Formats: sequence, structure tokens, C-alpha cells
Amino acid sequence: MAAPEEIDYDVLVIGAGGAGLRAAIEASSEGVKVGLVCKSLLGKAHTVMAEGGIAAALANVDDRDNWRVHFADTMRGGQYTNNWRMAELHAKEAPECVRELEGWGALFDRTADGRILQRNFGGHKYPRLAHVGDRTGLEMIRTLQDAGIHRGVAVHMETAIVTLLKDGDRVVGAFGYERERGRFVLFGAKAVVLATGGIGRAYSITSNSWEYTGDGQAQAYDVGAELIDMEYVQFHPTGMVWPPSVRGILVTEGVRGEGGVLKNNQGRRFMFDEIPANYKPQTADNPEEGWRYTQGDKNARRPPELLTRDHVARCIMREVREGRGSPHGGVFLDIAWIKEKLPNAAEHIKKKLPSMYHQFKQLADIDITAEPMEVGPTTHYMMGGVRVDGDTQMSTVPGLFAAGEVAAGLHGANRLGGNSLSDLLVFGRRAGRYAAVFAREHGTGKINPTDVDAAARHALEPFDRPSAENPYQVQHDLQKMMQDLVGIVRRQGEMEQALAGLEALKERAVKVAVAGNREYNPGWHTALDLHNLLTVSEAIARAAIDRKESRGAHFRDDFPDKDPAAGKVLTVLKKAPDESMQLRRDPIPEMPAELKLIIEEMK
Amino acid sequence: MAQATFRVWRTDGSGGGAFKDYATEVTEGMVVLDAIHQIQAESAPDLAVRWNCKAGKCGSCSAEVNGMPRLMCMTRLNDLPLDQPVTVEPMQAFPTIKDLVTDVSVNYEQKKRIKPFQPKKPEADGTWRMSQADVDRVQEFRKCIECYLCQDVCHVLRDHHLHEEFVGPRFLVHAAALEMHPLDTADRTADLKKVHGIGYCNITKCCTKVCPEGITITDNAIIPLKERVVDEFYDPVKKLIQLVVRKR
Repeated sequence: MAAPEEIDYDVLVIGAGGAGLRAAIEASSEGVKVGLVCKSLLGKAHTVMAEGGIAAALANVDDRDNWRVHFADTMRGGQYTNNWRMAELHAKEAPECVRELEGWGALFDRTADGRILQRNFGGHKYPRLAHVGDRTGLEMIRTLQDAGIHRGVAVHMETAIVTLLKDGDRVVGAFGYERERGRFVLFGAKAVVLATGGIGRAYSITSNSWEYTGDGQAQAYDVGAELIDMEYVQFHPTGMVWPPSVRGILVTEGVRGEGGVLKNNQGRRFMFDEIPANYKPQTADNPEEGWRYTQGDKNARRPPELLTRDHVARCIMREVREGRGSPHGGVFLDIAWIKEKLPNAAEHIKKKLPSMYHQFKQLADIDITAEPMEVGPTTHYMMGGVRVDGDTQMSTVPGLFAAGEVAAGLHGANRLGGNSLSDLLVFGRRAGRYAAVFAREHGTGKINPTDVDAAARHALEPFDRPSAENPYQVQHDLQKMMQDLVGIVRRQGEMEQALAGLEALKERAVKVAVAGNREYNPGWHTALDLHNLLTVSEAIARAAIDRKESRGAHFRDDFPDKDPAAGKVLTVLKKAPDESMQLRRDPIPEMPAELKLIIEEMK
Repeated sequence: MAQATFRVWRTDGSGGGAFKDYATEVTEGMVVLDAIHQIQAESAPDLAVRWNCKAGKCGSCSAEVNGMPRLMCMTRLNDLPLDQPVTVEPMQAFPTIKDLVTDVSVNYEQKKRIKPFQPKKPEADGTWRMSQADVDRVQEFRKCIECYLCQDVCHVLRDHHLHEEFVGPRFLVHAAALEMHPLDTADRTADLKKVHGIGYCNITKCCTKVCPEGITITDNAIIPLKERVVDEFYDPVKKLIQLVVRKR
């Protein structure tokens, strides 16, 4: 077959959500030639759906806030397994990154004195989230997108990468296809930044769109990069549960930040029933104090609804399991009750949570200003992913960088809400900068034409097979299995069953056949994504089996407690020479004394 | 459960195309996009459709449902008469690539032609102060999810194909967001008249009607911009003064 035309860049950024766009802008401002590849149209990546806000210790609303508090909150939320260097850089650089966004035209909600307004969110000690109603992600992606197109970034929309290409040890390019016409594309690059997002499509109930098939994690793994923390999958406590077609769609934590409460079918605020010891000192012990906190009373402590996501999700599961759930298998989230406290509550809710109001009104016939929502956990975010250097974001493979959700480390065992948008900005910027530096210091690599031929042949195989397996069916079966066996509550036997199930699914995946031609063929695209989904699913299952304790988002029914020894190691996955997935445990590097001191002070 | 028929436009983009009927089961709460996905999984695996968020936030799944420009993910089946086939077609103002997927690249080109944001100098502490009221006005425009349904319905683009001469409602909203941004210092008035063809808009308000975000495109964005253009180029007093000055 004819070799595709090669397009060369200094830095190739794969993924055009917040991290990819920020990386591309930064690399471009370093004066190198930048290409940006996105699976969808520009501006449609998952960042667009982020609702709550960007966490940054601007201290506009509460002047007690600073990077040290943000750092300590992030580490506490992550159960101290975070990459502390990343948590430090993130807390220090997030304010500057938010201001930078404002300088590019983002319009955040304002305080009375005209500064950026900040809201409360789970696990953050002070109001910290810069936001725009409940559509912060849209504001962020549009700002970055509009800044990017005027900064010389070449954009390849609706282009999916199938494989990364190496020259010796180093990544030197990527091979993929244009979704629209089905043509193959070959990118040569001195450095590659992965910013491909998450893995939500490995589960059946998810807030993620079709794109989130673990491409970056799997492709990095395939070229020898290490993955860490793959057992930590965040299940957001509040997804929609009814009607069935919207199951999993996110309901922002901002609802609880604005005073929304969780109730079971007996009308009880069950979140008061179990408050973890390490959060007890900073959690309200009565509803009145919790309400005052959401209204900005600095002397009040946060309501238990704003505990970390892993804990809230498990409490919801408990209520449902013990028969106290809502009619469709969730619990009730009530913001309408604030009418007892506020005049014009309905208008206030519509103003603060406009897209939630419309989402429920249009999709579920529920008026959230008048009645409670039904909510339940939904697969939302992958804390684990490509292991990177905290400063440069380079993976364990030279020339390959990763930023945002695809990278691991910042969030440890559980991410705080609002820390993902700031993650994208801080580490997108760093990845872009250091990828540009790497590109300047290294020449053009040599792409091996045999690798390209093999990738192209492999990509076309589903067209040549006799119709045996339907790619949609294989994907569906995988999602169901992961949901049932490697979900929120995990057990050894079930996860072992999942590993065996994955082997069977792998065999089916190489038999999938697709109809039609290469032009915009979603069946083909689904077939090609299966390899990535299977790889990340295996990584999740293996890491989760190995971690015989419960920590953050990883909850083991058979090991419900934390094991201090296990808390000192990271689960590392790497492809062995025989292609099997190898697991090892690496000690978490010792934290410098000054950071330890901060954590002690903030306890 | 009830069955419904979906009359979906199928084409490979080479010019031809035809409606094809698909029957599928309808369950409670379903939207048009769910039906399309179900058809894809059941009987038409290569049926091309764009989508992402499924919650009206990304603006990917624009199409024409029973002749109306809509987001498929926000169009509930129980709001449609299901005793007759539901027609689903691609947006008509853009060339079709395949089935429901259109080539919307012209929109990305249009945006590049609009002068980017140029902020004024920050205050001494390096930040800016803005009042919520000033921000509110622009936030309405910044709600835009770039679904291009307004471009689809605009007769200047849809019927007269003047994509070269007229940027269309989406980009007038974009220009308005920049022009009314409390920090912006650039002047786009001349461009609006000469490059972006704002005069082509004759205020039929079709764009406002189809906007899934409820942006009052015509009244709040386009008309104020038209007023700026009029003030700059068609002010009779200014004209008179210019005439007198020139005569001397």
C-alpha cells in the first residue's frame, strides 16, 4: 500500500482538551513548530463538560488561602500517595495559570470588588474554585481554543492516533487516520505530548463521551512507558440515574457547594452518619453549620456532602444497597430546599446552576428548583496513567510527554473536584515547554517504514475479516464486565474473574469485522479503540488485585481498611519483553522536610 | 415497548443519497441521539454521526429532526409524533461528508478572520477588576457551544451560500463577545462592515429561534453591532461635517 504523506512537527500534541491546547500554546510560544491532533472537532473535548471550576489559591474570597493550604488539601485528598512534587508545583502555579486565562479573554464570575469569584468544593478548605456558573469548562476550552488558533498551532481535527512510533528508545512520531475520509496520516515529531484524557468508556455507567477509550495510556504502554496508580478510578458520586438514556451524565459537585444536600428515601441526610476520622475536625456536625459554610461563613465547617468524592460515592452505594435508595437506584440530591433559607431561591439556583437546571428540565422533566434530583455514582476520572517526571512531564520513554488526565501522580488515590482543570493548565503548560526544549535539543528521528506498514495493515484488518464479531457488542460486553467486576466495590474473586474475562474479550476483539468503507465509519473507529480499552482495563484490574487495602477511590470489600505499608508504594505496570503486562511495586519517594512540615501544620 | 421508525439520510458524500427507514425500540426518556446509536449498534454499524457529551454542552450532534435544526441529544422522543417516521437529516447549510456528518470547516476558518482579544493593561497588582453586571452581558454570548445550528438556519448561508461574504450569526455573536468584553481594546467595526458582511443580516431572527443555549443572538448581539457600524459609517451629522470639511 502507498505510504501516507509524512507531516513533520517539532512538537506533536495529541489531544485538544485543556491540557493539549495549553501544551500546544506553550510549545508554540517557545518558537517551535507545533501540530495538534484531536479525535473530535476542535473545542468539543471533554474539558467542555467540566462544570464546577478551576481550583487555585487566589485567596480572593478567603484571604487565609495560599498554595500551602491547597497543597495540603490535595495531598490529604489523595491519601498522601500523590507525586508530592506535582502537588507542590500545581498549588504554586495554578493562580498564575488562571490569571493567564483571564488575560486571554476568559470571563469568570466576580466578587463584589470585581475580582475572580471562588466557590466551595469538596475537600478544599477554603472557597477556591474560579468559575463561570456551572460551565467553567466551556469557558476554559473556548478561551484556549481561540488563543491557540491565533498562535500558529496547526490543528488536525477528527484525527485519531493508532500507534506511537519509535526510533530506538525515543518516540519520534505517530501514525493515525483522519476520521472524515479514512485516510492514514503519519506525523514525524521530535517530541510528542499525550493529552488524550481518560478511560471512562471502559465502564457502562460513565460521564465520559465515546472518545475516552484510554488511547494515550495504552499507546504509551505499548511503546514501553510505565503506568502507575491504575487502580484509582474516580467514581463521581452524583451522576444522573434516570431516565436510562442519560444514566451517568454528570451532576456537578457545585450543586452541593451551593447548599444541595443528599437524602435517602426516608428523608435522612445520611452523610452525617459516617465522617472519616481525618476529616472530622473540619466537617460540620449539624445541618445549620453546614448551610452557613456554603453561604460563606468563615467560622463554619463544611457539610459532609462536601467530603471527598470517593467517600460520598461509597455512602451513596451503602444507602442503595441497604434499601434506602431512590426509586431508580440512586439517592436524592436536593437543592430546592434552600427556599426555606433564601428569598428568590428559584432564581438563585437558575443563576448559579443554569446548565444543571436545563439538563434536568430537558432530559428528565425535573425542575430542580422545586424537587430533588435522583443521583448515583458514575465513572468519571482516571487518577492513574502515564508515569511522568513532576517538573518536565516527560514519561519514562524519552521524547514522550503526558499532561492532564492521561498523566498520573498529581491526584494520588483520589482527585479533588476542581483540581483537574488546574492540572490541565499547570501541567499542560509545563509539558508544552519541556517538549519544546526536548525538540530543540534533539534532531529529527528516523521513522521505520516497516512499523508504519505494519500499523496500517493492522488498522485495516477489520475490513477483511468475515463478519464474526460486532465491535459495538465487544465494547458493550467489556463495559458491563468492568462495571460489575472492577467497579466501586471490589473483591478478589470478581477481579480474577474479570482478568479471565479480559482474555476472552481480547480473543473476540481480534475477530471483529466492520462493514462499509473507511469514510467516517464509526464501526471501524470502535473496532480500533478496542485494543486501548482492553489494555487499560487489564491495567486497572491487575493494579486493583494487587492493592490489598482500601485507599481513596480504590475500595476492597475484602480489605476494607488502609494498610500503612501499602500506602508507601506505587503500583507500576509495564509491558514485558514477552508482551505480557508486568506489575511491580515502587516505593513512593521520600517527601522533603519542608513539605512534610506543611502537611503536619495543616492536619 | 413501542417501536418507532426513523427516516435517516444516508449518503457517502459523493453527491447522491437517500432516506432509509430504520425501526427501533423506544424506551422512556430517550432522545433522538439514543435512537441513532441504537440503530448503529443494531443494524447500521457504519452510520456516521458526530456526538460527544450527550448533555447539550459540546454542540457536536447538530442535525435536522423533522426539518428543524436541533441537537439530537436534547431532542426528546416523547416531544415528537412517533406515529409517523421521524426524519433525521444532516445540516443543510454545509456540505455532507457522510450520512449525518457535515463539513463544518468553513466555521473554523471564519473565526480566524475575526480580530482576536486584545486586553487593556492590568492594574498595578497584575490583575483586572470587572463588575459582575459587565461580565453578565458578555457571558450570554460566551455560552455558545458552537453547534452551528444558527449558521445552518441562516438564509444568507443556507439558501444564498454567501459563506465567503458573511460570517453568519455564530461569528457575529463571537465578535459581540469580544467587542463588549470589559477588557478588550480592539476595534472590529470596520471589519464587521467590510469583511464580515454584517449588512447581509436582515434580522429575521431565525438564528435566535434555533439556538439551543437560548442566546438572544439578534437582539443582544447583532443589532448592537449593527448600531456600531451605523454610528461609524452612516451617521448623517458626521457625513455632513465630513462633506463641509472636504469642500474647504
